[in-house]
Amino acid sequence: MSAVRGFWRRTRDSRAAMFTGGLLLGIVVVAIVGPLVSPHDYLQTNFDELLRRPTISDLRFFGTDDLGRDLFVRSMMGVQVTILVAIVASIVSLVIGVTYGAIAGYVGGRVDAVMMRFVDTLYALPFIFFVILLMVAFERNFLLIFIAIGAINWLDMARIVRGQTLSLREREFVQAARLTGVSSLGIIFRHITPNLVGVVVVYVTLTIPQAILVESFLSFLGLGIQEPQTSLGALVDAGVNQMEGASWMLLIPATLLAVILMCFNFLGDAMRDVFDARDSR
Amino acid sequence: MLRYALLRLLGAIPTLLLVVVLAFLMVHAAPGGPFDAERALPADIEANIAAAYHLDEPLPQQFLRYLRGVLQGDLGPSYRYRDHTVSALIGAAFPLSLRLGATAMLLALLVGIAAGSVAALRRNSVVDRLLMGFAMTGISIPVFVVAPLLVLLLAVKLQWLPAGWSGNEGASRYLLPVIALALPQIAYIARLTRASMIDVLGSDFIRTARAQGLRTAAILRHHALKPAMLPVLSYLGPAIAAILTGSVVVEEIFGSPGLGQFFVRGALNRDYTLVLGIVIFYASLVVLLNLVVDLLYAAIDPRIRHR
Repeated sequence: MSAVRGFWRRTRDSRAAMFTGGLLLGIVVVAIVGPLVSPHDYLQTNFDELLRRPTISDLRFFGTDDLGRDLFVRSMMGVQVTILVAIVASIVSLVIGVTYGAIAGYVGGRVDAVMMRFVDTLYALPFIFFVILLMVAFERNFLLIFIAIGAINWLDMARIVRGQTLSLREREFVQAARLTGVSSLGIIFRHITPNLVGVVVVYVTLTIPQAILVESFLSFLGLGIQEPQTSLGALVDAGVNQMEGASWMLLIPATLLAVILMCFNFLGDAMRDVFDARDSR
Repeated sequence: MLRYALLRLLGAIPTLLLVVVLAFLMVHAAPGGPFDAERALPADIEANIAAAYHLDEPLPQQFLRYLRGVLQGDLGPSYRYRDHTVSALIGAAFPLSLRLGATAMLLALLVGIAAGSVAALRRNSVVDRLLMGFAMTGISIPVFVVAPLLVLLLAVKLQWLPAGWSGNEGASRYLLPVIALALPQIAYIARLTRASMIDVLGSDFIRTARAQGLRTAAILRHHALKPAMLPVLSYLGPAIAAILTGSVVVEEIFGSPGLGQFFVRGALNRDYTLVLGIVIFYASLVVLLNLVVDLLYAAIDPRIRHR
């Protein structure tokens, strides 16, 4: 697919995108490899080593928490969970948003008007409260967290994809496909969607930090990931309770979360520049 | 203008209805009932409880009963805070949240617009770079990270301000929650203001004003500020939603007894009716405030209402 290759080439040329992307990749690699090579376990409580300060000796890089569990391994597990939730949630919102937007844009007319009016209506709602409601009603089901967070963020995607589809649908190759008798769904998924890769990549990078934010918000309140599983939000919550005596328990996960979010925000901005550059050309 | 306002008001009704339907269905689609957590009860007592809370009726009938209540401002009884109605709990807790939120909003607007304007006037200077660096950081750090960090720095280490709510009197206990709520919004508003101010300052009518010899301060006050504020005005809707969301966390961290704290407690205690009621209240508040913002926008910018 030449659209994908051209997009990669432009991304490679953007220094900001490569830097933040590289930093993120580094964090993810450490988060995956770290717990494997560390001698400590993320569940093992140790009452001889409660609230130890971070040291290089015996590889307690981030110290221990109030139950003597190794904070380096726990933080890395937290990064894993946080990023996993964000990616899965983004895929959910990608599937919903692209399907919804492409159908509205391709069918057009009254269907489009009604579908987009619905999106406008949903825009006005503070979804996070509905997610909390879901968590209360369904007892913090892990799978549901993924779906609920993904279901929040598809609105932007649907709007953008619809706009692109509207203009793509008049192009010659779509007309040609229609003349040769390809079905509407076939045109949407075989001919329109591949041409949406650029926009979709940009908006997924912007959706991931939002998903991270929602997940860590829920976990911070104790409504998301449950013990002994952990995520950065849950670790920040634990750190708040210990901050007077053991400030590292707050500072470490808080910094990790902030750096990851900042990287995604910068990456998204850089990707948008990359994408806009093509538009203006 | 009146016609436009009426149309928009009518347009908000389906949204509000959607809020109630969505929230109600989410709670009632869940497996199990609100009293399942308690030990098994004799069947006739269970039936009595179900009847008292109308849980034995078919779902559509329950919904209509609930909707009728909502329209009259009655959100039903709380399942956990016995002897309290949800409406009474909201009425008691909301004023504090409103005070915190409104102050934070005001602070965010003042500081954000000022910082954004300065950055735009001194474009690409050191001041601009610094301000925008702060703003990007502020956008990336969520409220529930900002708030504990502020407590750690200003209350625990420097001991300038009180960390908690109870045991402290006076205005000083408001300071940290308000700053924590306002900081991310300051960042957003500063970025928005800078971008739109740069846009406006580059336009022809500003060049004319400058050619006529007006001082920068006068240009800013009389000509540039109003058009530059339009994007900020349209951001007010999302800002209100963000401050409401933030207040849930901030009240949890500082222990201020506002609506956000009731919401979290209710969610952790599985107090269905309380959470349902607060969600409906919050969502309606956001929808209505969005409507107010839209009307304000139309009042300021005539292009909107004549479209």
